[in-house]
Amino acid sequence: MYNNKNSAINIAHNSIRGNGKKNIMKAIFDSRYLLLLLLPCMVYFILFHYIPMWGVLIAFKDFKVFKGFQNSEWVGFKYFMLFFKSYDMFPVIRNTFLLGAYSIIWGFPMPLIFALVLNEVRNLKFKKLVQTVSYMPHFLSTVVVVGIIQLVLSSTNGVANQVISNLGFEKINFLQKSAYFRSIYIVSDIWQGMGWGAIVYIAALASIDPQLYEAAVIDGANKFVQLVKITLPCIAPTIITLLLLRVGRVLGVGFEKVFLLQNPTIYSTSDVISTFVYRQGMTEGNFSYGTAVGLFNTVINLVFLVSSNTLAKKFSETSLW
Amino acid sequence: MVQQRSILKFNIFTFLKYLFLMFILLVIIIPILHVFSVSLSSNIKIMNNEVTIYPKEINFNAYKFVLTDKNVLNAYKNTFIYVIVGTLLSLSVTTAGAYSLSKKRLFFQKGWMIVIIITMFFSGGMIPAFLNVKKLGLYDTMWAVVLPSLVSSWNLIVMKSFFVAFPEEIEESGKIDGLNDLGVFYYLVLPVSKASLSSIGLFYAVGLWNSYFTPFLYLESKARFPLQIVLRSMLVSGTSLNAITLSGGDTAMVPETLKYATVMVSIIPIMAVYPFIQKYFVKGVMVGSIKG
Repeated sequence: MYNNKNSAINIAHNSIRGNGKKNIMKAIFDSRYLLLLLLPCMVYFILFHYIPMWGVLIAFKDFKVFKGFQNSEWVGFKYFMLFFKSYDMFPVIRNTFLLGAYSIIWGFPMPLIFALVLNEVRNLKFKKLVQTVSYMPHFLSTVVVVGIIQLVLSSTNGVANQVISNLGFEKINFLQKSAYFRSIYIVSDIWQGMGWGAIVYIAALASIDPQLYEAAVIDGANKFVQLVKITLPCIAPTIITLLLLRVGRVLGVGFEKVFLLQNPTIYSTSDVISTFVYRQGMTEGNFSYGTAVGLFNTVINLVFLVSSNTLAKKFSETSLW
Repeated sequence: MVQQRSILKFNIFTFLKYLFLMFILLVIIIPILHVFSVSLSSNIKIMNNEVTIYPKEINFNAYKFVLTDKNVLNAYKNTFIYVIVGTLLSLSVTTAGAYSLSKKRLFFQKGWMIVIIITMFFSGGMIPAFLNVKKLGLYDTMWAVVLPSLVSSWNLIVMKSFFVAFPEEIEESGKIDGLNDLGVFYYLVLPVSKASLSSIGLFYAVGLWNSYFTPFLYLESKARFPLQIVLRSMLVSGTSLNAITLSGGDTAMVPETLKYATVMVSIIPIMAVYPFIQKYFVKGVMVGSIKG
């Protein structure tokens, strides 16, 4: 009786006492065990996510490790200006942006296309086989994938060059030529991610009401029309949501794979913001500079995310918030 | 007439579908098959560029070498420890948190959710994170590998969706029987949630097995290096952290063969277990994507 919020007694209670501290204390007390269960989780987020957030202030200071945080002096936007005026800024931002943009243009449609084709397959066994094999590369580590790339494309013994030279052409030094980096990166991303990325679409496709298709067939629609008028509109919310998430991350090009694939000879196309930050901050010890660039990256990502969400709101019914 | 044409169209369309999918199957399998084949072939055949997708003159020298290398074995041991400890910790903290967040009556529930979602979009960055780990005294310890990624917001949200869908009646009957929230969680909800626990547990486990950057950033002593770091060292320099290991004992080894064998040695555990557990992963993603 007392647990039911809407019971007469409780409503009367609340209106006499009004909301206030008593209610909050009660809410805390009632969910005290739940709060206990939540505690380790929150401690983690505070310790490893929120406390480091204060660390961005290092970007505005001339941080020296031996001086510590308090004693390092404030320098305002000095390191941001340093970055914007440096020779590095343009190539690094360009590389990050291009890698991100190409990865969306080429990489985003692939899982969708794969899912659409897979959806048309009648033979369940074959369908399952292809699906299962397709997500296997997702579970390989970045080190392994980069390792396979480097072994296959190696200019000495790699099988790709073996085939090329057997066909009579000159061997190509794929890994040392900056022109190839983006293609290698994106193709291998597709190789690794297409199957896994398709899972969401496959689930969405499976949830489309078959009666819609039956009605369309009766109306004489062929496969193509069905695709455009039924399939795509039905999974449009899924597509848009995923696209939004992708675009929001366009400048957040992952560190690990780029770092493992790059070498100094190809920095001109392969150096991205995250690897640049790593080199500045960790290898060369310019903590403040590295943090400043990193903060710049995070802010830009937020701007992208918010803008794309706003655009999505304007043109469709789906948006992230 | 119309019947005939539609059968013809049907055939071409179907043929293309299957062709496309077969192509994808091959593209995925062949690189791995190639690495596998080279790792098992003899030097001569490799140097003559004769090995493509099946081994020639099979011998296990490369494997013998890699699997008796101290650094590799130690790294294997480390990875197992990190994965087991990390998965257990991550799973417990995530599950407890997810269950708690799935209850609307949790005090400040919406607030906690916002706190968590913010971390998905904003962070201090690599350098503050590194300095933080150092300050916490975790540098060069197992905890630096396991704790920074203790809870993944994505996994947390997926698990929360599982719990939101959990039938309330069971919990209510537990309450009537006198259990408090902890009791309901431990005795009633957990035993029935094995599927979601397995999915999320596996996500964490695979993430920990494959992690390279976290150990790379936070570990310094070779004794603590996990498999991915040793593998990388092997691939880049042909040595597993020592400068000495290239001669391969009595048989002259093509350094490449060692690399191929090391790659295989890192992926065989995952590939062996994969067919049996892949359905858990898929379930996890599906729920996560639809609800989340």
